[in-house]
Amino acid sequence: MNILRLLAIFFRLGAMNDLQYRANFWIQLVRTAMDLGFALFAVYIVFAQTDHLNGWTSPELVVLMGVWTLMGGLLGVVVQPSMEKLIEDVRQGTLDFTLTKPEDAQLLVSVSQVRVWRLVDVLVGPLVMGAALAYMGKVAGLREVAAFVVALVAGSAILYSFWLMLSTVAFWFVRIENILMIFHSMYDAARWPVTIYPGWLQALLTFVVPVAFAVTVPAEALVGRLSPAWLVGTVVLAGVLLLVSRLFWNIGVRHYSGASA
Amino acid sequence: MIGGFGDIYRTLFGLELAVMFQYRAAVIIWLLGLVLQPIVYMVVWLRVAESKGGRVGDFDAGTIAAYFLVMMLVNHATFTWHMFEMGWRVRSGFFNAILVQPLHPWHRDVLQNVAYKVLALGVMLPVALLLAWYFKPTLDPPLWAAVAFVPAVLLAFLTRFFLEWTLALLAFWITDTSGLNNLYMAFVLIFTGRLAPLSLLPQGLQSFAAWSPFQWMVAFPVELLLGRLTPAQTAHGFAMQALWILLGFGVMQLAWGRASKRYSAVGA
Repeated sequence: MNILRLLAIFFRLGAMNDLQYRANFWIQLVRTAMDLGFALFAVYIVFAQTDHLNGWTSPELVVLMGVWTLMGGLLGVVVQPSMEKLIEDVRQGTLDFTLTKPEDAQLLVSVSQVRVWRLVDVLVGPLVMGAALAYMGKVAGLREVAAFVVALVAGSAILYSFWLMLSTVAFWFVRIENILMIFHSMYDAARWPVTIYPGWLQALLTFVVPVAFAVTVPAEALVGRLSPAWLVGTVVLAGVLLLVSRLFWNIGVRHYSGASA
Repeated sequence: MIGGFGDIYRTLFGLELAVMFQYRAAVIIWLLGLVLQPIVYMVVWLRVAESKGGRVGDFDAGTIAAYFLVMMLVNHATFTWHMFEMGWRVRSGFFNAILVQPLHPWHRDVLQNVAYKVLALGVMLPVALLLAWYFKPTLDPPLWAAVAFVPAVLLAFLTRFFLEWTLALLAFWITDTSGLNNLYMAFVLIFTGRLAPLSLLPQGLQSFAAWSPFQWMVAFPVELLLGRLTPAQTAHGFAMQALWILLGFGVMQLAWGRASKRYSAVGA
């Protein structure tokens, strides 16, 4: 409950901050439209040549692009800006202010920054998914929707843990802003179902930078082609990574020496 | 005069190389995107070809692999990042240091660009060889095409550099250029043939690419090395490159004249 309460507080703070810059809403809208437009254009070009890509039809791929937008938004609203702030704080020594607060430090650094306008992606993603499902004439059953929600939550947990571990590296190597580029490059590859890639690249996108779980798995759940075993595996991995990242964070914090002290 | 320029170039190049070497890790991290993206689209098109019994357009698996691997190298050779840096230079007042140098700033940016590429090539080439071993491209250009490929890449670099440096100058008028840069990157992705070989795009978009500088910035050298162009098409390509280089350089000089007058230093 504490998590939700803190998240709500920081969310209100972030919202009040961002609401001062209303023009940014339109900028975000244009950006989302551009990203999505490009993604849909790519699907259009590919499906001008064929009617299925490794078993995926074009509306199914549009569902995947919707999930990609939604997940990008979910991460962009709170995880990504908070982790960027964490890395900056470690470098400048301003993490002191967080560590002295009487709340769990991991919790505080994870929700410290909120970018409200990225919610545009969180809203547009499901719209695209819904439109594509409607186009297929497919009503996603309760089972599919439930599996999708579980996969989405587990996928976000996996990516959150991954970001946290990546950012925790800052305690040892101070200048690591560039490391976040690794994630962006990999997340770009997740625009397509990871099943199309050769084995080594699939393994990379699944186990090293686990973007596969965040986009492909929820999309598969929604179009009804995810086996229960994969769903269970995703949830288990999410649990394991949450624990491991927590452990890693605890070790990292002990390495923090501060700037002023 | 020429000798003087040679000295300046040699000194500055050594300097930029040393600076880049300090950021070894960053150099390699940037490479990841440059390598991964061509692989993604290569795999997409390989799958499309598979679904149609091995061919898409006039490409088969071997030529698709060759197309995207050569694309990866040509894109590496020609890409620039100054549009992402210029805004920062203007906002932070870093431009002051550039303006007091008795040299048009684009010279130094070219050298910085080449320094990065030379250093990154040490990683890029082994990676390209490894990928070639894995994806088995068929690359068998006629000798004249392989020879013409070298000047084609150099001219492609200049075409792209002048265009993108001019766009970068927009930072003097617009405070936040990141949206514009994103739009431009989407254009580059589509019209330079990085998303798909241009012959797979709809006819209207193909004609646009052919009149724009985009086709000549990346796709032209790639198709040349793949042996897909006739000598006449190649000559046309060089002519288009020359045209866009002259045009790009002219507009860049014009824009630079106005931009540097407009600039009011921060921190001065």
